[in-house]
This record gives sequence, C-alpha cells and structure tokens, in this order.
Amino acid sequence: MGVGIKVEHLNAWFGKTQALHDINIAIASNHCTAVIGPSGCGKSTFVRCLNRMHETIPDAKAAGKVEIGEMDVYNGTSAVSIRRRIGMVFQKPNPFPTMSIYDNVASGLKLNGFRDRKRTDEIVERSLKYAALWEEVKDTMHKKSGAGLSGGQQQRLCIARALAVEPQVLLMDEPCSALDPISTGKIEELIFQLKEKFTIVIVTHNMQQASRVAEFTGFFLLGKLIEFDKTEKIFTTPSDKRTEDYITGRFG
Amino acid sequence: MANHALGAPHVSGPQPTEKTLVVVETSAQSAPLVQVGGNEWPDRVFSWTMLLCGLSVLAIVALIIVELVTKSNLSWHAFGWRFFVQSDWDPVNDQYGALPFVYGTIVSSVLALVLAVPLAIGVAVFITEMCPRWLKGPLAFTTELLAAIPSVIYGLWAIFVLVPLLREYVQPWLAKYWGWTGLFEGPPYGIGMLAAGIILAIMVVPIVSSMTREVMTAVPQQQREAVLALGATRWEMIRVGVLRNARAGILGGIILGLGRALGETMAVTMVIGNRPEIAKSLFAPGYTMASVIANEFSEATGDVYLSALVEVGLALFLVTIIVNILAQFLVWSVTRGTPARANG
Ligand SMILES: Nc1ncnc2c1ncn2[C@@H]1O[C@H](COP(=O)(O)OP(=O)(O)O)[C@@H](O)[C@H]1O
Ligand SMILES: [Mg+2]
Repeated sequence: MGVGIKVEHLNAWFGKTQALHDINIAIASNHCTAVIGPSGCGKSTFVRCLNRMHETIPDAKAAGKVEIGEMDVYNGTSAVSIRRRIGMVFQKPNPFPTMSIYDNVASGLKLNGFRDRKRTDEIVERSLKYAALWEEVKDTMHKKSGAGLSGGQQQRLCIARALAVEPQVLLMDEPCSALDPISTGKIEELIFQLKEKFTIVIVTHNMQQASRVAEFTGFFLLGKLIEFDKTEKIFTTPSDKRTEDYITGRFG
Repeated sequence: MANHALGAPHVSGPQPTEKTLVVVETSAQSAPLVQVGGNEWPDRVFSWTMLLCGLSVLAIVALIIVELVTKSNLSWHAFGWRFFVQSDWDPVNDQYGALPFVYGTIVSSVLALVLAVPLAIGVAVFITEMCPRWLKGPLAFTTELLAAIPSVIYGLWAIFVLVPLLREYVQPWLAKYWGWTGLFEGPPYGIGMLAAGIILAIMVVPIVSSMTREVMTAVPQQQREAVLALGATRWEMIRVGVLRNARAGILGGIILGLGRALGETMAVTMVIGNRPEIAKSLFAPGYTMASVIANEFSEATGDVYLSALVEVGLALFLVTIIVNILAQFLVWSVTRGTPARANG
C-alpha cells in the first residue's frame, strides 16, 4: 500500500543558488500527483528531494521537513534506507547493460541482501507483470541484456526494477519524454493500475499527460510551488494568474 | 573597370603605374580573401607525407618480424617446439631450451599483476569517486608520473631499498608464517623472483590505474543514479553502477599492464638474480626472456647461440603484440560507449 507524503518548508540549493523556495505540499496516498512547470523551475529538484537523491550531487543541499508515511526523511533516517522504500524512474531509461533483464529486476533485492531464489523468481515475475513487460520478455529474460530492449521496454524495465523492492512511493521524473507515443500510452496505462498499490508522483512537461493520469497537480515556477489542487481545477479554473498563463500557453 | 571590380587577376597589356596602383587597390577590396580552388599542392604534399609516416610504422614492424624470423631460423630448425619446453640452457654444448625464461617471465608478470591490480583499482576508485576535488589533480598527476620514471631508476631503488627490506624483514616473516605453502622457502637473499614481481607491480600500477580511471569516467552518470536510487550504499554504487559497467575496460587495462610487465627488461634484470632455473619458491632467483637477451646477446659467440636468443626475442615479441591488441580491444569496447548505448 502506498503512503502519503507531507512536505513542509522545503528549501534546496545547488551551491549558493537556491533551486526550491519554501515548498509546502501534502500528497495523497494511492493517488497520482503530477508536477508541472516550465523547464528549469525545480520539478526534478523537488522529486529528488523526496528520496534524498538531491544531496548526491556535489555541493547540493536541502533543508526542511519531509514525511513519507511514518518516515521522517531528513531526520533520523539514513538516505540509503529512505531510497530503499521509494522507487524512482528517470527521464532517460537506465537499465544496467551488463545484466540480464531478470538480474536488472532483481538488482534491488540483491542490494538488500535478499538471497531466496524461489521468492526472487516470484517477485521478478510479479514486477514485470506490474510493468506490463512480462509477456514480452518472459522467454528471454535470463539471456537478453537489459540494453537489448527498445526504449519503451527499457523504461518499463526500469519501472519493474523500481517496483521489485515494493516501495511505498514511486517517483517518476519525465518518464515518457524519451519515448514514442505508443510507449508513452503504455506507461500512462500502467500508472493507472499502479495507483492501487503505490503512491505516484510524476514530473511531466506535458500538460495533457498530467490531466490524463493525475488526480492532483502542482504547478511550479522559479523554484516556488505556485498552486496545488485537483488536476481538474488546475486545468479549468486555476486560482492563480500565473498558473492560468502557463496552462493557456502564454509562457513556458 | 567592370572586370576590375570582379577582381580578375589579369590586366591585359602594359599599363601606367598609376593605373596599376588603382587596380591593385580595387582588387584588394573586392577579391575574396580566401581564393576558391587555390593551390592544391601543399595539401597533397601534406597528405602524402602523413601517409608515408603511417606506412613507415607498418614497415618497421614488418622489418622487425622478418629480421627476427630469419635470424631465429637456425635455432628453430635445430630444436623445433622442444625449444620452449626444455629447461637446459647450455651454451657450452650448444643446447638451448627456453623454458626457464618463459617460466620466469610468466611468474614475475603474474605476481606483478596479483600485487598491482587491487592497488591500481583502489587508486582509480579513490581518485574518480571518493577523492576531495582539490586532491584529484595532484594525485592523478603523481600516479601518471610513476609511469614516466626510467626503469633503470626503479632498478636502482629496488637494489638499495627494496631488496634489503625484503631480506631483513619481509622474507623472514613470510617464511615463518607462509613457508608451509612452499612459495616462501629457502634462503632470503632479497634478490629473486619476489623482488622482480614487486618492482614490476610498482611499474604496472600507473598503467592499470589510469586505464581504469579512463573507463570509469566513461560510465554514464545515469548508471550511478540508478543504483543509488535503489538504496545502494556508496560502495555498492561503485561496485554495481561503475566497476561492473567498466569491467571489460578494466580487464583491458590489466592486460595492458601485463604487456608492460612481460617486456620490462632493465629493472627486472637488476633484481631477479639471472639464473635459468625453475623453482617453486618465490625467494629463488630466476631469469626472464627479456633479461636473458639483454645479458647474453653481446657475448653470444656461436651462430646457434645467437639464433636461440633471437628466437626468445621473437616469442616475446609475438606474445606482447597479441596481449596489447587484446587490451586495446577491451578498452575500446568500453570507451566507445557500450554502457552509454543502453541509455540512449
Ligand atoms: N546539477 C546542477 N548543478 C547546478 N544547478 C542545477 C543542477 N541541476 C539543476 N540545476 C538548476 O536548478 C534549477 C532547477 O532545475 P531542475 O529541478 O532540474 O528543473 P526542471 O526539472 O524543472 O527542469 C535550474 O535553474 C537548474 O539550472
Ligand atoms: Mg527535470
């Protein structure tokens, strides 16, 4: 089951430049929340603060309160154990090229010290089914490298890899921007089904995509969260002028 | 005036000086600065010269092979394949078997790799992934510098520092605790296979570590992020996200180091003991292919003796060439972007 995310007074920096200013947001469990905004507004930085990937960049730091379920992300929990409970899918598909498809999916389990072969088989199968990739790879998954798949398949493999460790939250940073429309459609369909089990936060620069997959949408501009509401409301009657300008394509 | 304006180079007939000056002025203004279809000769000469340079390298390699093959013919006919499996090297009776040299070369090189590879990979990992930024440059530079030290200097250092150290401290300790393996027994001279292996290891470290560094840098950042996002520790990230992706190239670097160790002559000759014997103990003196050629060539009087030395050289040459080709191929397989392709 997914859990909710509560963010209070989150600030983030790259060296001396501040990339996020006082973000406050409450993300509902088992729903999909979209993060939209013009390029460079801090969407990626925001989701990367949720699983503390932000601090892996040299000189980058973050401060504030982030609660994911019971977990206080920036206080008393190690970054490693946070990341184990939050899945992340990146803009560019990044399967491990030296591993088979099976090993790619099982890699998170192995890192966690999980050694039970039979359970691993089950989990790999289940994760590939979640990611709607099972039918396409079940016969070749032990032989074929993760790099031998098409771009869309690679991205679904990355989703399967993230889901294998049963995260409570799945973060997706523009997961479809490197994919063709058909693969994009498949992944959007997937998001619909995954919501039942996970809380999803998806960054997208595609507003149609946000309105298709997300119940809630947050609009970011220049490192600030301008408006956060039901997706329908954001796209029909936004309460902030800047949101309206962006939605109607007057800038961005 | 119309054709002057176009910058036509020819002005027909003799003309007053004044007029010519004017012509020069106008054409200077309107003629294109770079002439289209200008002189092609410099370009051709340049390409031919470069081609010649390229071919001369091939010619040199070919000449070396031809020379080695013809000069070793006598020995090849006398001993055939036996040459490489017989262990008596007896110039007095004109009997030559190269096995002790082959053995010495292989054992000293493998020993060097066993010692050098973990250290070299450790250095590379530290420099690329963990080192504070201000230390990166100096450390990388110093490692590279090790490769620039002439091998005779290494040899001197080994004789004055390494060998006494081995004799006084290391070998007695090894004999006491590890003597039962049979690898560390016999009188601790200091000089011998162990000293050769260690000095070779020091010479091989910069090669392996700079190659490893290069291929590690070629691994895309997204691979590191993918592993980190799965909840990997830093070490797991380096192991799964970096070393695993770079492994073919690292292997290439190791083999390149092997090539260096196989052919190294001076430093080894100074510390290995130069005795054509095959002993299990690493304390015992040995001999390598490169060393025997360097030591005995000037005093090789008989035709067969000379030919046998050249045959040793031919074998060494072929092995190092093959090893180097293999190494380059492996490194290339990583740096041309095999792991990167997975992300595109
Ligand atoms: N690695 C980095 N180093 C320095 N500044 C960065 C880095 N990554 C992003 N930024 C800056 O932080 C701001 C937010 O970037 P990002 O979160 O990637 O935007 P988005 O994902 O919305 O396009 C931008 O102004 C960008 O220039
Ligand atoms: Mg982004």
